[in-house]
Amino acid sequence: MENGDEPHVLAVDDNVIDRKLVEKLLKNSSCRVTTAENGPRALEFLGLGNDQQNILKGNEPKVNMVITDYCMPGMTGYDLLKKIKESSTTKEVPVVIMSSENIPTRINKCLEEGAQMFIQKPLKQSDVKKLTCQLMNCKG
Amino acid sequence: MDGVAQLRRQFAEYTNSLFQEGILNQQFNQLQQLQDESNPNFVFEVVSLFFQDSERLLNELAIVLIQENINFRKVDAHVHQLKGSSSSIGANRVQDACIAFKRYCEAQNIEGCLKCLQQVKTEYFLVKNKLEAFFKMEQQLSAASQSGSK
Repeated sequence: MENGDEPHVLAVDDNVIDRKLVEKLLKNSSCRVTTAENGPRALEFLGLGNDQQNILKGNEPKVNMVITDYCMPGMTGYDLLKKIKESSTTKEVPVVIMSSENIPTRINKCLEEGAQMFIQKPLKQSDVKKLTCQLMNCKG
Repeated sequence: MDGVAQLRRQFAEYTNSLFQEGILNQQFNQLQQLQDESNPNFVFEVVSLFFQDSERLLNELAIVLIQENINFRKVDAHVHQLKGSSSSIGANRVQDACIAFKRYCEAQNIEGCLKCLQQVKTEYFLVKNKLEAFFKMEQQLSAASQSGSK
């Protein structure tokens, strides 16, 4: 892992209030945060954008975790999860899905596709603390 | 000192009433707990964003709902956003009004949707007024405490 102690988290949400909230929650848990307002922007940041297939390999910013909203127009959190898990450069990055709706089939679908965790919105500090603790332990 | 104590009590009572009346819920407390020295205006900033975003959404909804062929998917998308943000800041009654709105939207019930829009607007402006008063009081208390006035 990196020399820096702080995990770098990419937070994806189309709702501006939720983006601000998740950013603060993560910062309070000593994370460095980058936010994205949709799936395609998130993929671009991760070096997985459409035009980036062979260009940026090795120069992508290091991301220790992705936390994404499920319900987003266009590319859903689930679609984003799949794309992250399909790529050799990012498939080891833990992806957490957030949703305001507690739908078992949705949760299972995400977990089956490799999501680390599914969190119910609205997010609380305790949810994020739990997540980042797990993340830090993984860093070992 | 007397003046400050009185302001403090009034502020506490006012805040309490917002929770008692179900205008705000626990999630608002979560926001308050996130505020710290590194971000002393966090709650105000988030709530201001909420005001801006909600008014935009309410305007969009009004426009979509007067069309001849209503695009219910658009209505649903906007209500979903509003439900999400009101939930995130603890605007309890707005959130509940959005939940009802979603149901009528799913049923493609135009009249129901129009009624719900009114309801959401009412609840939104209520919480907006209450929160504006809340911030004003908080500011007065802060100013009075700092000047050590009597």
